[in-house]
Parts: sequence; structure tokens; C-alpha cells
Amino acid sequence: MHDSAARTVTPALAAAIVAVDPIGTRGAVIKASAGGLRDRWMELLVRLLPSDSRLRHLPLNCPDERLLGGLDLVATLAAGRPISEPGILSQVDGGLIVLPMAERMSALSAARITSAIDRQELLLERDGFAARFPSRLGLVVFDEAHGVEERPPAAILDRVACHLSLDGCTAADLVSSYEPSDVRQAREQMAGVGVSDAIVEALCAAAVAVGALSLNASLLAVRVARAAAALAGRSNVTADDAAIAAQLVLAPRATRLPMEQETEEAQQQQPDQQAAEPATRDAADEGTGQVQDIVVDAALASIPPGLLAQLQATDRRRNGAPPPGRAGKPTKSTSGGRAQGVRRGRPSSRTRLSIVETLRAAAPWQALRRRERPRAADRIDIRFDDFRIKRMKQRAQATTIFVVDASGSSALHRLAEAKGAVELLLADCYVRRDQVALISFGGRGAELLLPPTRSLARAKRNLGAMPGGGGTPLAAGLEAAASLADTLRCKGQTPSLVLLTDGHANLDRNGKPGRGAAEADALAVAKLVKETAVQALVIDTSRTPQPQNARLAEAMGGKYFPLPRADADGVSRLVRSQRRGVP
Amino acid sequence: MRALYPFTAIIGQDEMKLALLMVAVDPSISGVLVFGDRGTGKSTAVRSLANLLPPMRVVTGCRYHCDPGANGSGCEECQERGRAGRLPSELVPVPMVDLPLGATEDRVVGALDLERALTRGEKHFEPGLLARAHRGFLYVDEVNLLEDHLVDLLLDVAASGENVVEREGLSVRHPARFVLIGSGNPEEGELRPQLLDRFGLSVEVTTPDDVATRVEIVRRRDAFERSPAKFLETWLPEEERVRAQIETARRLIAQIVVPDAMIEHTTKICMRMGTDGLRGELTLVRAARALAALEGCGEVDLTHITRAAPATLRHRLRRNPLDDSGSSARIDRAISELSGA
Repeated sequence: MHDSAARTVTPALAAAIVAVDPIGTRGAVIKASAGGLRDRWMELLVRLLPSDSRLRHLPLNCPDERLLGGLDLVATLAAGRPISEPGILSQVDGGLIVLPMAERMSALSAARITSAIDRQELLLERDGFAARFPSRLGLVVFDEAHGVEERPPAAILDRVACHLSLDGCTAADLVSSYEPSDVRQAREQMAGVGVSDAIVEALCAAAVAVGALSLNASLLAVRVARAAAALAGRSNVTADDAAIAAQLVLAPRATRLPMEQETEEAQQQQPDQQAAEPATRDAADEGTGQVQDIVVDAALASIPPGLLAQLQATDRRRNGAPPPGRAGKPTKSTSGGRAQGVRRGRPSSRTRLSIVETLRAAAPWQALRRRERPRAADRIDIRFDDFRIKRMKQRAQATTIFVVDASGSSALHRLAEAKGAVELLLADCYVRRDQVALISFGGRGAELLLPPTRSLARAKRNLGAMPGGGGTPLAAGLEAAASLADTLRCKGQTPSLVLLTDGHANLDRNGKPGRGAAEADALAVAKLVKETAVQALVIDTSRTPQPQNARLAEAMGGKYFPLPRADADGVSRLVRSQRRGVP
Repeated sequence: MRALYPFTAIIGQDEMKLALLMVAVDPSISGVLVFGDRGTGKSTAVRSLANLLPPMRVVTGCRYHCDPGANGSGCEECQERGRAGRLPSELVPVPMVDLPLGATEDRVVGALDLERALTRGEKHFEPGLLARAHRGFLYVDEVNLLEDHLVDLLLDVAASGENVVEREGLSVRHPARFVLIGSGNPEEGELRPQLLDRFGLSVEVTTPDDVATRVEIVRRRDAFERSPAKFLETWLPEEERVRAQIETARRLIAQIVVPDAMIEHTTKICMRMGTDGLRGELTLVRAARALAALEGCGEVDLTHITRAAPATLRHRLRRNPLDDSGSSARIDRAISELSGA
């Protein structure tokens, strides 16, 4: 029994499970680059799904009128009365929506999709239309991210049951032993498949043991287990089915390892005491205990190898909180400017015409105008006064990057104040839609402690204890900041940089000691910062102002402020006052 | 309409459930904000609250479901008709209106009926979600992702209790008083302070971490999904009990006495917490009174205030980023210090 449980679930089996219950499982997240294997997986899924299943591709960050629905202007103009256009979410009831490049999806798009999924009903309240559409559907989420910084929105990941990576898979893993007829049969049997209490307990205990804490994970695991049982032609969920669910649903969401694993993996950090406790305590119960072992083992066997390293890197920040955000994909919600209502005005190359509002303005006068100009009676008569333009939010997303010197004796104090300033800035950043990021440097290198965010909650979670002391790799810190600033600029944002330091750089770019080389490197990187034209601010926290810090500021083309006894309030006030000067 | 998971079958999350019952008893508490982890049943609880609310009496045919008993505070039409004589009335369910993300302004505030304007050239006002929510609840899920211009609208209407529409030559005003309920995950972003202030109560929900509770939650959800009708039937007696509790509390609340000493105590707590403005105090008294009513007490005592304080004050505290103890801990500390003194 242990053998079968430890066997890795193939992507082909995952496709069959999704085909059996696309709505209950909410589908799958597929991590793979576009093309090749991923297409094969999708073909397999389509082949297994009933032939009348609906399947729609959703363009990335699809505008609301396409996603939710609204006024169909062409039809409206032709018919002379308002005609609605259905949104994609309202047309896939019972089927699946494919989300390509989900790692770039905005939190706003994600929220619209998850709301339809949760309610299983789409509420349309747009352009004069109020309607409800059934929207029982699942998602096929394509995650094409490289590295851990980019991830699909946490809200989406949380709701979709099966998470699988096609890395290291071969074409053989995509050969299904199931036929569409098996899926059809399993769909019919699904409702009758029983789940014993022992199975539910085992799945819940395993979820807690590996730290898959969102309740959705446990709920989805039960549904996946039921689909797996139906697919195998069983009328009751067995430990094997639960093991499949543990591998597809729980393992990819793991944030920690149970105690037993510690010795084997030679873990350096102490896994959370709580993690292992429930598993061992419940194991006293014979029957349940055995099932539980199988399920936990299965989950452990398929925790991706890279996850351990990742956990070690991020565990310190996490503080046992549920892990939905994992990495900080910035919630770039207002990119390109969002419409901020409409006003009367004349369309130009810099403003956008709001067609619906223009029509709306013209509408009441139609009967009258038709009488004036009977020859054009079959058209909608729009006059200059009717034009309505969209007010767009012009300002780009601003992100303040704090670069904090965590070396030397006063590092802890300085870092605490920087964190305080970060939180103070975040506390009022909703109004300004700003983001804040924090990079620290010390010891041998620089580290991104807080990826750009405007969530105070995330900031608090990420800014846990932080090592101080060691050398001063100023160049490395600035380099990390410059590269982050560059990335943000590529996304159309406006980064600015705040450096908090007191001392002398003494490690060069490669981490080698030596004051002269270190300062030269720092100045060189500073010039690079100047090149990127990022607004920079150097806050000198040493007791007596240091000339080399002023030189550094000058090299960056930024401002220099000596601020001995820098406190959180002072720093945030300073940064805010500087920001106000930005056009 | 899909069957809703029964309110009373939600396990744990007592503070959230109590806060929702409190606004159901006294709508003047003016709103609940539910912030916390995904999958904790936030939106389930809010939507299923509707099933527990006793029906309300409205003027028959009124588009804003005006209260036939409220003299002078109804819509223009009802005031007109009211002068001519008694208005016919009927009982209807209390509205629980969803304001979905992506809603456009015209549907929120109401606008010219485009269909009628285009086909018949008539100017006719089509009421929006604010009108539909009048005397009921307006629910915004993922409230921290709501577009800024809609937030401004809500703030405006919540402050005045009236929706004023001036567009396309239309000039309409109608009453719009509702309990605002918002939910969201703090990871998605912060809430604007002005909006935060509009919520009478704020509760935090977290995922339970003990296996036994989680097992029970999963089991009940599974039972509900497999056979909603049977599940609802099982929970019907419990739903009836809470419905009756709300009804009794609503009758009781007008007679509940708040002794001067208790008002004084409320003031002390608010001063100690440094909450801005009177709204905190006022809401705390109301919340404590609603709590007493739910428990069938004739008088507000210390325990009511103590239990109502965290939800009432949590979101009104000034942020202190360097004090990492949560808002709830700070309130508890203040209360225990005060009762010790």
C-alpha cells in the first residue's frame, strides 16, 4: 500500500481527475513554459472532457466589459436600443476557463474570477444592465513564471485544487490509461462515492502537518480524493485515493515539514512544534493512524525538492502565518491608469472617449433630434455636447525602495526604524497607491526583505527578525536596489530609492574586504543609479555626518540628509516631504 | 438562487457571527468589516445572514421600499402619496445586496433607463444598487479592491443617508440607508481610513489550526455540498432559534437601560485607547446594547461593554507600527487595567 502511495501522481492522472470534476476541484494550476508538454496536457484534458464541455481562453487582464459583460455597442447602434454583450465568465457554466500567463494577472482580475467561482454565479451590474448568470466552473491556470518572484495571484492558487509542474516530465507521463468513457462513468458515479471520517481526518491532519493551512486546501483535497475514487470505479474513497489528493493538493501547498522528516533531511531550522503534534497524537488511533501515515507520506514524497531550500530562505519571514502570498508579486492594480469616472469634454489623443456614457448622454434627445432631421432617422444622432471622456488616473505607481545598512553595531536599531518607517508609509499609502520595498545589506551580501507591496499585513509578516552585524557591502546593496528599480520601471512604475547608512563601505561588489575597493565600487554603482534617473535619498544616520555619504548622494544625483538618531517618524516624514516634490 | 450554507452551521468564528447578529438587531451600528484569511467563510456568513432576518414592512409599489411608518423620511413619491392618505403596505425580505467588483457607477447610484430613452425617448430613472439596499444590507466582498470612485460614492451616501443623482438632466434624490458590510483579505491591500471609519464594527477571522475543528468544518461542508436540502433541514431548528433570538432582541432593544456608570466606563475605555472622535463611544454603547438585547438582558452591564469593545475599537486605534502586539491585545490590556483600577 505504501508503494502505491509513494508513487508520484502523473500529470495524466491529474488531467483525468480534473475532467471528472472540473467544478468541484476548480481545475488545475500547471507550471510549465508554453508549448510542448503543456499543449499535450491540454489536449489530453480536452480529449477526456465530455465533448459538449465549454472551454474558453481568457486573455490576460481582460477588460471588465469582456470578462463580466456590458453594453454591446455595435449591436446597440444597429438596433437602436441597448443590447447586452455577455462576458466570458457568464458563458462557461459547467466548463473550464484557461488563464494563460497567470503569473502576470492582476489582483483585480483575479478577484473578479474568484468571486464568480465562489458564488457559482456571476453578478452583472454594468452599463445599465443588471443580471445574474450561473457560473459553475473550473480554471486551468498556466503559470509560466521563471523563478519564485512571480506567481499567479494567491487568491487563484488558493482556490484551484491540483497544482502540478511539468518540469522534468516526459511524454510518457502524459500518456493516459483512461479513456473518455472512463471519465463519463466516473462522473456518473461521483455522487455516490462515500468518504469515511477516517479519510477526512487523515487529509486534514496531513494538511496541518505540511502547513497547507488554508481550509480550501482540505476541502479541495476531499473532492480530489472523491474524483480519484470514482475514476478507479470505487464506491468509497480509500487511502490510495487520499494519497493522490495529498500529492496533487497538499504537497504543492506545503510550507513546512513534519518532525519525522527533520533528521532525514538534516534540516537546520526547527520545524514548528505544532506541525507534527496533531499527526503523532492522532496516530494513537490505530485505523485512522495508518491512513494518516499513508497520506502524510504521500504528501511528503511529492513535495518538490526545491521547496525545501525555498522554505529555508523564507521561513524566517513567515512566522507561522498562512502562506498565500509566498513571494511578493506586486499587486499592480492600476497599471496604465484606471478610469476614474467620466466628464463632459472633447476627445483628443490624450483622453479617451467613453462611448457608453456618450451614448447615454445622447439617448434622451433622440426622439427630438429625429424629428429635426427625419432623413437620418435610422441612426443615433450624436452631437458635440454629448461627448463624455474618461478621467484616467495619470500618476504611475510609485514605489519607495528602502536600502538599509544592516552592518555594524547600530544595525538592529537602524533596521527597526526603517521597518517602522516602511509601516508608517504603508499606513497612508492606500490614499496614494504607493508601494514600499525593503532591501538590507550586511554580512556578505544584499537581501530583498520585502518585495514591493502596499499591504501592511504582508510587510508585517515579512519583516521578522533580521540578522545584523558583519561587513558593509554597500555596493551590493545599491546594486540590488538599482536592479529592482529597473524592473519596476520596466513595468511602468516610478521607483525611488532611500538609503539608510551610517558607516564606511568595506566590502566590494564581490564581497571581498578592502575599504578602498569597496568605496570605489559603491561610487561606481551610485553612478549607475544616476544613469537610471531614479530619485534617490541618502539618510546618514551616523553621529557626525560622513563626507563619503554626501559624495555617494552626489554620485547618485540624489539628496543627502544627515539624520543622527533617525526614528521611524522622522524617516517617514522626510521621505514623504521629498516625494511631494516629485511631479 | 443557489442554496446558502446556513449561518448557524458555521463553526467557530464567534466574533464575526456575533458582530453580524448585532448589526441585524441594531442597524444604526452601521456596518461590519470582516478581514482575514481565505476560506474562513466570511462571505458565506454575510450572505446567509439574510435568511435569519425577519421580513420588513414596505410601502407597496415603492421602488425604494420605504417604511410606511416613517413619516417624512420616505422617498418623494411616498411623501406625496402619504399626504393623500394611508399607504398600502406589505412584508418583504430584508435586502442583502451584493456590490460586485467591476460594477459601473450608473448601476450603483442609478441612472437614466437607456432602453426607455433610446426606444421611446422618455426620461426615466432606473434605481441602482444603493436604492435596492435601502433599509437592508449592502455587501462588498474584497472591499479593499473596490475602485476609488465607487468608494467615494459609498462614503458620500453613507454620510448623508441619501442618494442624489444629477445627470443627463435627471434630478433624483432618494433615501439610501443601509448597513455596509465589507470583507477582504488584508494581503490584497489596505482599506482607506475614511472607509474604515464607516464600519461600526470590525472583526478579524483566522483559519482554525486544530485538526478536530478543521475536520468538522470539512465534514459539514461536504455534507452540505452533497445534499443541500437535507443539510438545510437538519439545521432548520437552529436557524429558527437564532431568527427568533433576533426578533426578540429587536423588540427588547428600545427598553434596554444603559446606566450612567456604563456610559462613563465606555468613555474611559475610548479615552484610554485614544480613539478619535465620538463615533467610537457611540458605537460601543450601541453595540453593548445590541449584545444585551441578544442575550435577553434588560440592562447593559460591564461584560457587554467588555465583549463589544474589541470589535468596536479595533479599527479606530491609531497605528503604532513599533508596537507589534495586535490591536485586540491592546484593547484587552486597556480593559483589564480599567476594571482592575
